[in-house]
Amino acid sequence: MSFDPERAEIRFGCGLSPRIAPPVSVDDMMARLTGPDRIAAALPIPDYDAYRPRMSEVHAIKKVQKNGRTEDERQAAYKTYIKLRRKTRADAAGWMGQMMLRRALTEDGLRERLVSFWADHFTARGNGRIWPQGQLPYIEQAIRPHVSGRFGDMLRAAALHPLMVKYLDQSKSIGPNSAVARKQGKRAGLNENLAREMLELHTLGVEGPYEQADVQALARILTGVTFKLKHGFVYAKKQAEPGPHVLLGHRFGAKKPKLKHIHDALDMLATHPATAGHIAHKMAVHFVSDTPDPGMVADMTVAFSATNGDLAAVTRVMLEHPAAWADGPRNVKRPIDFIGSAMRALDVVPRQVPTKKPKDMRALILAPLTLMGQPLEAPPGPDGWPESDADWITPQRLAARLQWAMAAPYRLTKVLPRPEDFARAALGGTLPEPVRFAAASAETRAEGIGLVLASPAFQRV
Amino acid sequence: MPIKPLSRRHFLTRSAALGCSLAASPLITPVTFASARGEGRLVVIVLRGGLDGLDLLPPMGDGNLAALRPDLDPATDLTGFFGLHPAMDPLRPLWAKGQLAFAHAVSTPYRDKRSHFDGQDLLEAGTGMETLGQTDTGWLNRLLAQMPGSEAQTAYAIGRSDMLLMRGPADVANWSPDAALTLSPQAELLLERVMHDDPLFRDATSEAIMLSQSAIGLGAMQDEPGESDMMSAMIAAKTGARPDAIASFAAQRLREDTRIAAFSLSGFDTHASQSRGLPKALERLTQAITTLRTDLGPIWDKTTVVAVTEFGRTARINGTGGTDHGTAGAMIMAGGALSRAQVVTDWPGLSEADLYQRRDLRPTRDLRAHLAWMLRPMFGTEQSVLERAVFPGLDMGPDPRLIA
Repeated sequence: MSFDPERAEIRFGCGLSPRIAPPVSVDDMMARLTGPDRIAAALPIPDYDAYRPRMSEVHAIKKVQKNGRTEDERQAAYKTYIKLRRKTRADAAGWMGQMMLRRALTEDGLRERLVSFWADHFTARGNGRIWPQGQLPYIEQAIRPHVSGRFGDMLRAAALHPLMVKYLDQSKSIGPNSAVARKQGKRAGLNENLAREMLELHTLGVEGPYEQADVQALARILTGVTFKLKHGFVYAKKQAEPGPHVLLGHRFGAKKPKLKHIHDALDMLATHPATAGHIAHKMAVHFVSDTPDPGMVADMTVAFSATNGDLAAVTRVMLEHPAAWADGPRNVKRPIDFIGSAMRALDVVPRQVPTKKPKDMRALILAPLTLMGQPLEAPPGPDGWPESDADWITPQRLAARLQWAMAAPYRLTKVLPRPEDFARAALGGTLPEPVRFAAASAETRAEGIGLVLASPAFQRV
Repeated sequence: MPIKPLSRRHFLTRSAALGCSLAASPLITPVTFASARGEGRLVVIVLRGGLDGLDLLPPMGDGNLAALRPDLDPATDLTGFFGLHPAMDPLRPLWAKGQLAFAHAVSTPYRDKRSHFDGQDLLEAGTGMETLGQTDTGWLNRLLAQMPGSEAQTAYAIGRSDMLLMRGPADVANWSPDAALTLSPQAELLLERVMHDDPLFRDATSEAIMLSQSAIGLGAMQDEPGESDMMSAMIAAKTGARPDAIASFAAQRLREDTRIAAFSLSGFDTHASQSRGLPKALERLTQAITTLRTDLGPIWDKTTVVAVTEFGRTARINGTGGTDHGTAGAMIMAGGALSRAQVVTDWPGLSEADLYQRRDLRPTRDLRAHLAWMLRPMFGTEQSVLERAVFPGLDMGPDPRLIA
């Protein structure tokens, strides 16, 4: 098999749209991907720098709530906090709506899919206060600009981002011989969490050529990485462990620790052959098949290494490989891809998505995603969402998909298309006869549309 | 909608009507000897957020309580020393029958960091502090692995989220009553046709339809099927299924082949205005227990319900009328299998010096020891297995004789 416009849109994009033409070639896909990010400009989501002031504000209010002089002052601060948190949750629900709308309306579906893939690769979850709502701003800042850039740049942006640093306890990691540890005689120690996940998940992979000593070395190298709510990323030299440290046989750092040493170590990891193989395999599994073609993975690995991790080059090699277009066992869409592609097939427009009504957003999109097994703000762990199809299609998770398919389209669009037309628009040339029949035979439009969305033909890529 | 008992035959007729293969469905795997698993039923409820044991069971006989909790809810006496939170009053008839018990000043081995996530991980993993975050199986799953003749239907994890408590190599069934489907008969038949050639989707669909038709007590879901009902269920879903719906579903499974069911209730993280928040959370718990009591019928006599939480809360009330993350707390037990009504505790006292780190109720017993002493007679599990495989590193200590 080779390039096919509909398959390009279904497998590597956000699904077929009745209005937006699919790409005509791999070159066309790549040109869209590496061109300007039009849909983000049209449907903005604030990046983390824009979100940060709100975090500082909450911090200040919490201080008053704890240390205010009078009970009244403390109570008032608590009420202000609750109000601000409610507003933030409402705003974040709106950003989720923007994110789904990008999928519905983009001419560059591959970019949305890559953002989602890399955000999952660099899963960072916020806990407490308004940290969870910082997730989309984190993705907007640390992931999105890099999906067709250098992997090393994304690694730096994501792994050292405040959301990740907090999530994986990096700011608590203090070099035992650092200035802080020596001067204050504080109980200081290393925290290996970020170092371990960086090796195991972000770069080399769990099968990679590292040992516990490398985890400890990287933990030492990473000391000093922290953040301040007001400034974002901060390098705190005083917490840093003096070097040098030996990581995978290379020496990093010096007696006087510098941020550059950390960057050097990250660059080495980002271009390591094991990283190339790990990333190539993971992309192939995510986009093409749970058991990907070894030849395709090998070609992608070579491309990664030859270009020092140029992700546009790796993506292009994947798309140019015949196995990428094979009919084979097709992956199941994740819930976010399922809802996103359904909205696209329904040609949902911005005014139909209640981005300003958090209650409706929760009912229509966020709660269903949770029931389908993908509560967006609460990924299960730093390893992100499961890849295996069987994890997603359990009875209760599938029930949630079916329920959404039957009920949500009407709530979103108010005017439903003829189910037969919808089936053709949503599935194109891949429309199987039983689905066509079901669409034509349903008692109501809502059920007809629901059956099309419920079909494995629609739920797989 | 009348409550229909769900039988194996019912499953088979339904699936025949749908004309689909259910070979891969755990629902119709042939029953092995039910007696091999014993007749005892266990329901584990995880109370997420950190239940305040001192508000649930205030030690009214402890002279230091009043200073720590000046505005305590008016609890009524339970044992002469401990009172009981008024939201628990619907359970008093069980106490009178010897079917309600508590353990106080208990905790997991989790100490000092007071994080919900780590605390719940340890509670569900059932391990010690030294393996925090490194265990990816739950103690209920490891118990199942030790039970002869256990199969997928032996244990049920109920609710939409994956519970570490039940995770592991042993097969466990999963269902969430709020995932119920309402389909017209025509849509159901067409759905069957659409799914037919894809085994993964076909089998999951058949199970979803059967389970949602068997689920009872779903409020709005039971009325006329239609879009608005489906959406209202979706809206309700954001807060999770109602506790009575979950308990009802659990009872229904337990009346058949299921021996162990587990689900979570949340809302116990009462940092502020505890006197408003805690009663609501406790009402959900009492509702779950009373529903189990009613719906289990005669099986109740063989049942033990145990509710555990990741940690207790600070002994002192804080500046916002709430309590913060603490250490020791209480666990709640109910069921006809209990030996008697009691509050099991080695009471540590509440003076400044008695408190753990001068802030929390001091743990005097590992709650895993109580759990282990329940499992020992209920499932005939050997003490050595409990101390090594189910709760690695646990010293069970003396038997509190919780089970009759």
